[in-house]
Amino acid sequence: MESKEYFEKTSYIGALSSTKYIFKKPVTVQYPKEKLELPERYRGFHVNDMDKCIGCGNCMSICPCQAITMDDPKEFHLVTPKEGSTHLRPRIDYGRCSYCGLCVEVCPTGSLKMERNLIFTSQDADAFVWFPAEERRKAENGFTQSNEITPLELERVPMPELEPDVRKKTFEELILGFSEEQAIKEAERCLGCGICIQGCPAHMKIPEYIDAIFKKEYEISVKYMLEDNALPGICGRICTHKCQDDCVYNYRGDAIQIMWLKRFATDQVKDYKVSDPYMFPKSGKKVAVIGSGPSGLSAAYYLTLMGHSVTVFEKRSVPGGALGLGIPMYRLPVYEIEKEVGHLKDLGVEFKFNTEVGKDVLFEDLMKNYDAVYIGVGLSYGRAINLNGEDTPYIIQAIDFLRQVKVEGRRDIPKKVIVIGGGNVAMDVARTVVRLHEINYGGVDTKVQTVSLEDWDIMPASKEEIEGALEEGVVFNPGWGPKEAVFEDGKLKGLIVKKVKSVFDEQRRFNPSYYEDQTMFLEGDYIIEAVGQATNLNFIPEHLMQQLKFTPRRRIWVDEFGETSISGVFAGGDLVETSLGNAISAIANGHRAAIGIDFYLRNVKGGKND
Amino acid sequence: MIREYELNIGPNHPGIHGNFQVHLKLEGDTIVEAKGNSGYLHRAFEKLMEQRTYLQNLALIPRVCVPEPDINEAAYAMAIEELMGVEIPERAKFIRTIVLEAARSMALLFHFGGTAAMIGNYTVNYWAVADRDLMVDIFLKLTGARVYHMYIWPGGVRRDTYPGFEDDVLGWVKYMKERLPEYDNLFFKNPMFMHRARGLAKISKEEALQMGVTGPNLKATGVKVDVRLDEPYAAYPYLDFDVPVLDDGDAWAREIQRRLEFELSLNLIEQAVKKMPKGEVWKKMPNPFKWVIPEGEAYARVESSRGEYGYYFVSDGTDKPYRVAIRGVSMPHMYPLAEKLLIGQKLSDAPFILETLDICPPEIDR
Repeated sequence: MESKEYFEKTSYIGALSSTKYIFKKPVTVQYPKEKLELPERYRGFHVNDMDKCIGCGNCMSICPCQAITMDDPKEFHLVTPKEGSTHLRPRIDYGRCSYCGLCVEVCPTGSLKMERNLIFTSQDADAFVWFPAEERRKAENGFTQSNEITPLELERVPMPELEPDVRKKTFEELILGFSEEQAIKEAERCLGCGICIQGCPAHMKIPEYIDAIFKKEYEISVKYMLEDNALPGICGRICTHKCQDDCVYNYRGDAIQIMWLKRFATDQVKDYKVSDPYMFPKSGKKVAVIGSGPSGLSAAYYLTLMGHSVTVFEKRSVPGGALGLGIPMYRLPVYEIEKEVGHLKDLGVEFKFNTEVGKDVLFEDLMKNYDAVYIGVGLSYGRAINLNGEDTPYIIQAIDFLRQVKVEGRRDIPKKVIVIGGGNVAMDVARTVVRLHEINYGGVDTKVQTVSLEDWDIMPASKEEIEGALEEGVVFNPGWGPKEAVFEDGKLKGLIVKKVKSVFDEQRRFNPSYYEDQTMFLEGDYIIEAVGQATNLNFIPEHLMQQLKFTPRRRIWVDEFGETSISGVFAGGDLVETSLGNAISAIANGHRAAIGIDFYLRNVKGGKND
Repeated sequence: MIREYELNIGPNHPGIHGNFQVHLKLEGDTIVEAKGNSGYLHRAFEKLMEQRTYLQNLALIPRVCVPEPDINEAAYAMAIEELMGVEIPERAKFIRTIVLEAARSMALLFHFGGTAAMIGNYTVNYWAVADRDLMVDIFLKLTGARVYHMYIWPGGVRRDTYPGFEDDVLGWVKYMKERLPEYDNLFFKNPMFMHRARGLAKISKEEALQMGVTGPNLKATGVKVDVRLDEPYAAYPYLDFDVPVLDDGDAWAREIQRRLEFELSLNLIEQAVKKMPKGEVWKKMPNPFKWVIPEGEAYARVESSRGEYGYYFVSDGTDKPYRVAIRGVSMPHMYPLAEKLLIGQKLSDAPFILETLDICPPEIDR
């Protein structure tokens, strides 16, 4: 480095040496004759792939300049409607934009990018606000997001669960649940965009309750859940979590484990009473609810909150319907059902167990003695497949088998079991049998195999269930249909199955066809049929049955408030669901019917009786 | 008898950078009183930051200081990292050092151009702006923007360097080192500059320390205070350097001090590029929508081209800062110092004196 003295030696001649630059070329880029090449990371105008974009609004939320608004672009650009997407797209005001690129960083789909262009001229100030659709693109991509450096947390917190070797010996819950630290870390991943809300049949306030978990406010979190879901703890264990399928993280990483977070929050709140969202004064009206399944409990809860007195009639000795009878303990422990039902009992819901409507109490009497009736009996009977020997003790319905194990404490089981079916119930049965085998025989010389018409790719059971069953050693025979049960000396020897040609016909209706000559013999001494369930509405007297309207798919027809064609009689749950039955849909239409019943009882103007 | 009269330099005046006013009282062409008048450039950055989340502030902070935005990003990121107890990856530290030193040399080039122009030597201004632009092009490639880079962010830097970055930077350093003697000949060793600046607006060591003067203005009085040495941040602990110090304390010494520091910057860039390790450039930070920082306070300071630049941060445990205060270097340089130095000087020297103090109005007003 030069010393002080160096600078003290001044000279005019040195200064004159700069005159040589008179003869040099100018250093300025001669725009527009000469074009500047812009680099790969250039942050210019935005470009948005309108079809890839899902309108989640994260770009709008992060924008520090409030330059982005979410608008309907239909007048400019047609957006193809798709699931897990809103009809809104970002619209950017370039008078406000600071070109920081944070919107690009947080875009979960990667549809939003920046281009290598920042030139636009107009005399109209409004012209600087536009939807950055691909059609406006003038240059190639500039600043884009990176998967290595991203503010989003793409990886989920793994859920601790029992190892296959441990869990198949016990009926203990196999999912262990998050620790507080894990739950908060998982909750922190949520962007709060709320795309998941549309996926949930009950439209739960998912971003709000996850945010409350993040803030460790579990009671507030459960309050948000109870606004739309009367049984959050049960849903946190067995829900089909359609919300997670819609989670924006699916595009670049793993979806948030919304269901496990819900389970965590409900586990933290011992008594839901502190979290009841609202409570109306007593109305003096009485409502009868038939069936204590998820839809019945949901209707009972919201009707009670609305101030009505509710009595639930349950044929069995335990509450919960399909939840209480059908779902094995390792997925849904009994104490969880007791907790949620106990919450209803504390609120004043009256339960009448072992009371079958049509036998112990007449449906007409309910209609006479109560101001409204809600039918939520669900699909409580197993559907038979007309296999030979169904009247023998070697062939049993899945729903009866699961009830015997869960409620009646059945523990005996033959060594070689064949389960017919490929749905979640079949998985429940197979995995229950695995546990009974371990308990009875230590897993020695035992076999559980399933037979399903559907091949791997269209098997209706959820991926997690299939994987769990495989890990526990269940053998699958996909693509085979039962032909004949083989008996020898009155004892079951096995099942002959035939190869499936196709499951659905040309109209995409369920109508299996087989190769009758391709058969296989499966050895087994016990068959459990898990091919679907049916309902039984025999308790409704003939003259009312004639008034009842049905949909083409043989479900009870209800209006948008859950009311049937008989005034004052409402229905919900699997009785009215057209799609595959699941608890959350039943809970959702139980809530809907509760609102309908409330309108009906209060004779609300502007409501349905207007 | 000489009439006393008043004159405003600014808010729109070629002798002042940014919207700032110096209110002068003169007798003839001798200044008898000088008062700074700020407020024309107040944008309430500190208050605005309280209403934005930690990531959103990234777009706001570089705008506090226009000629040298990167120091804001670095001080902001360091304050947050301190509050969160995060150690950033080695490579990120080196990239930050290169960015900060390059930003310093760019700001100094701007400054040389400005000072020379104040005494009529406009050639330096043209040279400096053109040479600075060569580094701007490298920044454009590295960060995607020319001036407001928004490149240093909490946890490290936003992207790794692009292929060929090292060669580009070393090329510029080599070019600038070749150019330096020409700058010396044209300006720093020019007798016109010497005659004009020697002995002008002299500050004593004691005075400077008392008034809270930092940076080259203080170092030119003989006090060796530099955040890079005293409290090394980024990759400075890994670099081998010493900070030059002069002892005259006048306008000439302040300029020569900056000229020497410019050379030091070039050396530091060279060292940092050569020592830069491979590896990660960012430590993962939380989801920006739920980015909560633990309760506490932190003060992070960096050495800017003008002196000690700092961010004081108070977090109340929410997703937005509770309070942010920026230590703008030029504040003490203007308010007690320049107001005092200008008294007794000729009017024609006033812009030159303000320029040799390197007063940056956006920093005073924020």
